[in-house]
Amino acid sequence: MSLRLILDLIARLALWLLLAPLLPGIINKVKAWVAGRRGPPVLQLYYDLARLWQKHAVLSTLASPGFVIGPAVAWVALAGAALLMPLGPAGSALSFRGDMLLLIYLLALARFCTAWAAMETGSAFEGMGAAREVSFAVLAEATLITALLALCVQTESTSLVTMLAPAAGAGAVLLAAGLFTVLLAENCRVPFDDPNTHLELTMIHEAMVLDHSGPPLAVILHGAALKLLLFSLFLTEAVLPLGQLSTLAATGALVGGVLAVTVGVGLVESLLARLAFRRVPLLLTTAFLLCLFALLMAWKGGAE
Amino acid sequence: MSALTSFALLANATCRPWPEVPEWPIADLVRLTAGELERGGRLCAWFGVPETGGVRVVAVIAFDADNTLAVARSTPFSGSYPALTPTLTQAHLFERELWEQHGLKPEGHPWLKPVRRKAGQAPANGDFFRVDGREIHEVAVGPVHAGIIEPGHFRFQCHGEEVLHLEIALGYQHRGLEEAMPGGPHLATMSQMEVIAGDTTVGHATAYATVQEALAGTEAPLRAQWLRAIALELERLANHTGDLGALAGDVAFLPTSAAGGKLRGDFLNLTALICGNRFGRGLVRPGGCRHDLEPERLSLLSKKLPPVLADVEDAMAWLWDASSVRSRFEETGKIFTEQAKALGLVGVAARASGLVRDVRFDHPAGWHRFAQSPVAVWPDGDVFARAKVRCLEIQRAGAYLEEQLAAPPDGEMRDDLPPAAPDTLAVALVEGWRGEICHVALTDAAGRFRRYKICDPSFHNWMGLALALRGQAISDFPICNKSFSLSYCGFDL
Repeated sequence: MSLRLILDLIARLALWLLLAPLLPGIINKVKAWVAGRRGPPVLQLYYDLARLWQKHAVLSTLASPGFVIGPAVAWVALAGAALLMPLGPAGSALSFRGDMLLLIYLLALARFCTAWAAMETGSAFEGMGAAREVSFAVLAEATLITALLALCVQTESTSLVTMLAPAAGAGAVLLAAGLFTVLLAENCRVPFDDPNTHLELTMIHEAMVLDHSGPPLAVILHGAALKLLLFSLFLTEAVLPLGQLSTLAATGALVGGVLAVTVGVGLVESLLARLAFRRVPLLLTTAFLLCLFALLMAWKGGAE
Repeated sequence: MSALTSFALLANATCRPWPEVPEWPIADLVRLTAGELERGGRLCAWFGVPETGGVRVVAVIAFDADNTLAVARSTPFSGSYPALTPTLTQAHLFERELWEQHGLKPEGHPWLKPVRRKAGQAPANGDFFRVDGREIHEVAVGPVHAGIIEPGHFRFQCHGEEVLHLEIALGYQHRGLEEAMPGGPHLATMSQMEVIAGDTTVGHATAYATVQEALAGTEAPLRAQWLRAIALELERLANHTGDLGALAGDVAFLPTSAAGGKLRGDFLNLTALICGNRFGRGLVRPGGCRHDLEPERLSLLSKKLPPVLADVEDAMAWLWDASSVRSRFEETGKIFTEQAKALGLVGVAARASGLVRDVRFDHPAGWHRFAQSPVAVWPDGDVFARAKVRCLEIQRAGAYLEEQLAAPPDGEMRDDLPPAAPDTLAVALVEGWRGEICHVALTDAAGRFRRYKICDPSFHNWMGLALALRGQAISDFPICNKSFSLSYCGFDL
């Protein structure tokens, strides 16, 4: 039994690690298509990771080991969070009561470690980036927690595998909009952040990793891809009633859903300009309210 | 300007014999200059001419409404003099430069520090203005940047995301262009003039050629003046298009950003069609132009231009239609008209603050005496206004080009240049795509250059950027910077 569990976990981990870098490639392809360019290959991030992994890391003499430990712990936390996620019809390998709380805390741990590593450099840019990241996270986390709470109330469960199986009910559209906004914010996409910018003063997440290089940078980039896949998967599973479909249909819906979210991110990025920072809280608060209303609908809908 | 017996008047692209330039003790020159500037004049140049027994200060003032320039000089002196800056902000950089180059100390200058060099060599990154306080933090950006841009150092005093003060230190690209001029023109001089600011090749080359022609008491043939005007507008089109694309890129608005770079290339290729170089190098020469535009290439140019202009129009429409872009541009980096006037801003930045200030209109020389396009002005002074002025200038430059290409004048492209007049001062202003380019030349007894003063529009406008950032979010610095789009090397010389 435990051997099967271990094999199952290894297989899932391999799937997550291998598939995650595909999503940024798809987003870039969509952006290139909208702009009428050929764009980088879909597999570009794999090449980048391979290249970075072979490089030496340049380390500041002033930085403590936290500069390297931070990205490593953040990556492990994100991979752990990914393993908690049920994969549609395949269910979850690790499922227990309250595992949604662990998910939230693992995401928070990853963020803490990235910010910690950023502060280690003592650079003005990285401190600024970390400050922005954690101030916007206050709102993004509240939104995510509210969304999870809505699903809890809807399904009367605190285990992700049960929570994500049925559709989100009447509040599904609200939840989808709220979660998509959080996805954009948490994964530093336009309109919150610009993953392509070279302008240090406007960066959020990018500013925090400016001084990282070589394998630590590869780990950070891979972790970011994992996080993007995790949020796309969460959004798809929260909204679509995968538990009520046949295995084949559920698998198709899951893959289709994640792809649709990815293409959606690419389209948003192609057609919208970035928000000014002072407007970011406004949009995140809107996302929070959407999820709050989804929660209210789940609550009142259940009471009837 | 009734009291202008104290100054010698001259038109743009003309010269005055040096002895005819009125000479005043420096205290009087400062007083007279202050009087003219307060009356509405604009300081174009304020520089020193070394001489035995000290340094003479020369003032060049522009009266835009009267289409006239005024020059005066001081008697040679050394040491210090009462500064203009405390009452007239527009003189602040000129006085710092004068102090740096000739050691003449402006008494009462509030922020006297080097402009380009420190202790003779290093860039001018000495002491910065600092704001104290527990919650104030300082952000230093550059001179090495994350993107492929020129080196410059920006020192922000911030309270959270808000910028309280920005100080800009330049000089990293100081090449000694002015210092290389005395005794010239040398063999390399023409090439050096073309790279004062590489993106303003035609502008600076035209100013230099105009100065040379004024000193020789002649003018380029009409057909050459026509071609220079065309090349100048093509340069404007290329840079404005590239800048609007880059502005869109800085707010991550993909459609216009992707089109901007490509369309800029199209305009550069049109310049290459004229002279074989995308930046117009080798086109403008004293006495005319080195390349003619034969009927075949003229018709090819006329055929290629309209589709590019139409594409630019589309790309601009996407930009203006996107509310997400407007919300970033509007009310960001605001310069009020009074501030723009006090700082002596020129070019796009001045016109975007509601000042009608355009050399092509105020001081027409060359082909612009015969054919002008309307001055593009927008009142708001924010990033949106600067983008809008660029957009209007693209439309008007496009129309101007189509009109001029349809009616080429006949004649020679280049004449031999007579020798330059000795002991003469010549002034040439050209409206480059950034703004007013000012070249002032003074010849010695043999007709060689004795002093050559170059004033790129960036010299007037960098302070505008620093002021625009006051009270802004630090994350808006890139779009403010790009909306001014100033030259580092043009400033550094």
